[in-house]
Order: sequence, then structure tokens, then C-alpha cells
Amino acid sequence: MESEFYEKDKLLIFKITDEIDDHTVQMIRRRADYEMERYMPKRVIFDFDSVTFMDSAGIGLLIGRYKFANMIGAKLEITNLTGSVRRIFDMSGILKLIPVC
Amino acid sequence: MKEVFDNEMKLEFISKSSNEAFARLSVAAFASQLDPTIEELADIKTAVSEAVTNSIIHGYDKKQGIVKIVSRLKGNEIIIEISDKGKGIENVDVAKEPLYTTKPNLERSGMGFTIMESFMDKMEVESIIGLGTKVTMSKIIKPKIEEDEEEFKMLTTNS
Repeated sequence: MESEFYEKDKLLIFKITDEIDDHTVQMIRRRADYEMERYMPKRVIFDFDSVTFMDSAGIGLLIGRYKFANMIGAKLEITNLTGSVRRIFDMSGILKLIPVC
Repeated sequence: MKEVFDNEMKLEFISKSSNEAFARLSVAAFASQLDPTIEELADIKTAVSEAVTNSIIHGYDKKQGIVKIVSRLKGNEIIIEISDKGKGIENVDVAKEPLYTTKPNLERSGMGFTIMESFMDKMEVESIIGLGTKVTMSKIIKPKIEEDEEEFKMLTTNS
């Protein structure tokens, strides 16, 4: 996973570059929470452009990060959902909670 | 009478989450003999990933055990059995309900069985408390030749 913080906009972008399953979410979760706490952003975007595989662990990950972002007063968004990743997001109903940008 | 299959593979591995990618990629490689589309292959990989995760997280909890996969090809159908000798599921019908999870604190979504059911054509769960769980799923890979034939027919009728 790559991340970039834009100080001016208080924007933190996470670009996920791994396949997302129960194993990889553990690392993604730790790193995302650590960086959100460190930068205290107002807006957090998860970019799925480079994600070639995702199972339901990705939904659990996003629900958890949504709660964490709320806790620190940040707004969470997701972007670049395609193919089977998109289908799992659609099935989950999570898009009612987290906006796609 | 024993059913006849065109091909069969068996895979056994320790219940470590680092094996999830290995498991789904192995089944996908086996399934590729049926010439699936990228989407069909993604369906199979996702369903396998869900079943294997269930065995590791729920079946064996934090204990170490063996997850077994048997996959068979019959005509244009792939049949995949994923089993563990873990603690078993108390009520399969409840476990299959969308968003049901016994581990919400671990950020589980409760979508596993729902994904298996909707990404595969058939899905069955057999479970005995204390003995383990077996998930059997199958999917028909639509033959690509028919599309070519249709295209051929279209081309010939047009000319």
C-alpha cells in the first residue's frame, strides 16, 4: 500500500496495491490506522485502482476504517472500483455509508 | 456407484492466512483448463478465498489444523470441496444469513456465504459440531465455442 498526505487540504490518500484478503488486511489496517492517527486528516480516500483481487475481508476493512475516520473527525471516501471489486461493494450495501469519489 | 470425473486435484495446507492466496490461485489454475472468462475466474477465486478464510478463522479459530481442497472437473463444470476438521457450525442456516458473523470485533463482514452462493452456481454446507465443516460449490463454465458459432451464423446469414 502506498500513501500520500496533502497538508494544505488535510487529505490522506491510500493506494492499495495488494490483493485484499483476510491475510493482507491485517497489514493494511495497521498502517492505515497509524497514518490516520499521525496526520489527523479531514478527508481520507482509499484508491482501489491497483487492486486485482478482493474478498469480503475488504468490506470488513472499510467498515473498520470508516469508524476510525469518524472517531478522528475525518470523512472517508473510496475511488476506482472496478470488476469483481465493484460487485462485492455493491452486494455489501456499504456504498450507502461510504461515498465513491 | 462412483461418479466419473474428467480431472481431479487435491490440496492440503496448514490453516495459516498466508496460504489463502496460494489456495485460490491453485484452484484458479486448475479451473483454467475449462477456459473460463476473467470474470468467471474471479468468481471462483473469491468463493474459494471465502471458504478457506472461514475454515481458518472460524473452523480452527487460532489453533492449527489442515484445510483440504478437492476440486474436480466434469464436462464444463468445476466442483470444489473445501473442508476442515475444526469446531463445526452450530446452525448452518443462521451462519448463511447475510451479514451474520460471530466475530464482529474482528471486522468481519458476515458476507462469506452470501458471496459463495452468488458467485457460484451451487453451494452446500455440511457441518458437524466438533468434527468439522465441508463446503461444496460448483460452477458451470459457459463454453466459448457457442459464441463463435453464433458469430459465424450471423456472418454467414448477413452475406
